[in-house]
Amino acid sequence: MTAAVESGFEPIVGRYLKLDLLGRPHRVYVEEAGEGIPLLCLHTAGSDSRQYRGVMNDGDITGKYRVIAFDMPWHGKSSPPAGWHQFEYRLTSQDYIDMILAVCDALSLDRPVIMGCSIGGRIVLQLAMDYPDRFRALIGLQSGAHAEPYYDLQWLHRPDVHGGEVCAGVVSGLIGPSAPEADRWETLWHYSQGGPGVFRGDLYFYTVDGDLRTRLADIDTKLCPLYLLTGEYDYSCTPDDTREVAARVEGAQAIIMDGMGHFPMSEDPESFLSYLRPVLASIVGNSGDAS
Amino acid sequence: MQHQDIEQLPELANGDPWLTHRGRFLDVSLMLEVGDHQYLIRIREGCVESVERGPFVMPRWTFALHASSQDWNAFWSAAPPPGYHDLVAMMKFKRLRLAGDPYPFMTHIRYFKDLLGRLREGEVA
Repeated sequence: MTAAVESGFEPIVGRYLKLDLLGRPHRVYVEEAGEGIPLLCLHTAGSDSRQYRGVMNDGDITGKYRVIAFDMPWHGKSSPPAGWHQFEYRLTSQDYIDMILAVCDALSLDRPVIMGCSIGGRIVLQLAMDYPDRFRALIGLQSGAHAEPYYDLQWLHRPDVHGGEVCAGVVSGLIGPSAPEADRWETLWHYSQGGPGVFRGDLYFYTVDGDLRTRLADIDTKLCPLYLLTGEYDYSCTPDDTREVAARVEGAQAIIMDGMGHFPMSEDPESFLSYLRPVLASIVGNSGDAS
Repeated sequence: MQHQDIEQLPELANGDPWLTHRGRFLDVSLMLEVGDHQYLIRIREGCVESVERGPFVMPRWTFALHASSQDWNAFWSAAPPPGYHDLVAMMKFKRLRLAGDPYPFMTHIRYFKDLLGRLREGEVA
């Protein structure tokens, strides 16, 4: 039996943003809470912006930050573009970069902080390489330069296998053992709701197209600070993967989060916030124009 | 986890109606290999029908899961260390090997994670 909650709205507000992305018109679902430095959050492969519910409901953070998260096209409440039924979804590095920059431009974000997890943790490394002047700081959760597939990804998208069951079943062990039960299963429900082939399409970026191993030396943290936070129990992007990035990027700060897994902000919001708040406070301290 | 606990699997699994419900379309024989020891686990409609201990001469099974005794013991410990805490994690680090037909395993991956998790310390009476 779950304890009753007091009725009322959370501070999170969601709206649809109309914009052209990748040469097609889209309706992108965007949520936000708070005021201050823009903090744009990127969800993991095959999931959606609900993963950031803990960050957006944290008054300490939303007092200083305008926290924003959008569902990538095909994910959550953002539908795929018209014609989706005639081609296979496959996320590329270029598409991902274009999408993030387009959302930043459409919302007129002034040097936002970008925080991304997993595929989002990967793409922040590329943002650090190619667009350091556009961002105040970058935060990579479960950030590694590359990941090898460790099961046959075709299982994630075939008509004779239930996609929601298999996607949630495959990722369930990526959650750390200390996660609260409600948040663990909420996180897995998001995976159960993904559309056919979407998780697999995201993993094309994660395992094939987004290999940054040869480019890490291009990151200059003096131009844009880089923070890396990784859960101890993640076996997709392991603590060693993150330590390797930190070792090869001068000035990058790596923190390993005890007991946590691959979805820190969603699987255990309270524990994650204890690691995130000091990082965000440090970024406020370094921002001369912070409110 | 003691090896003899594997033979308690029918009692550990069949009393959980939600587990057996989730496995209601399963009809497989799983060969569980713990180092050199073999256990043939027959599953019918989500219930563990029998556990037979090897060695076998010509066993017939749908798929097999093999790991060393040491690695299974880490998986079955009360607080498994990172990389030993999940079947897919064990596969990622090449500690667990699946042979035979992966179809029932992948279509019922949560069932098999939960079924073998029943042998974890604290679960076994």
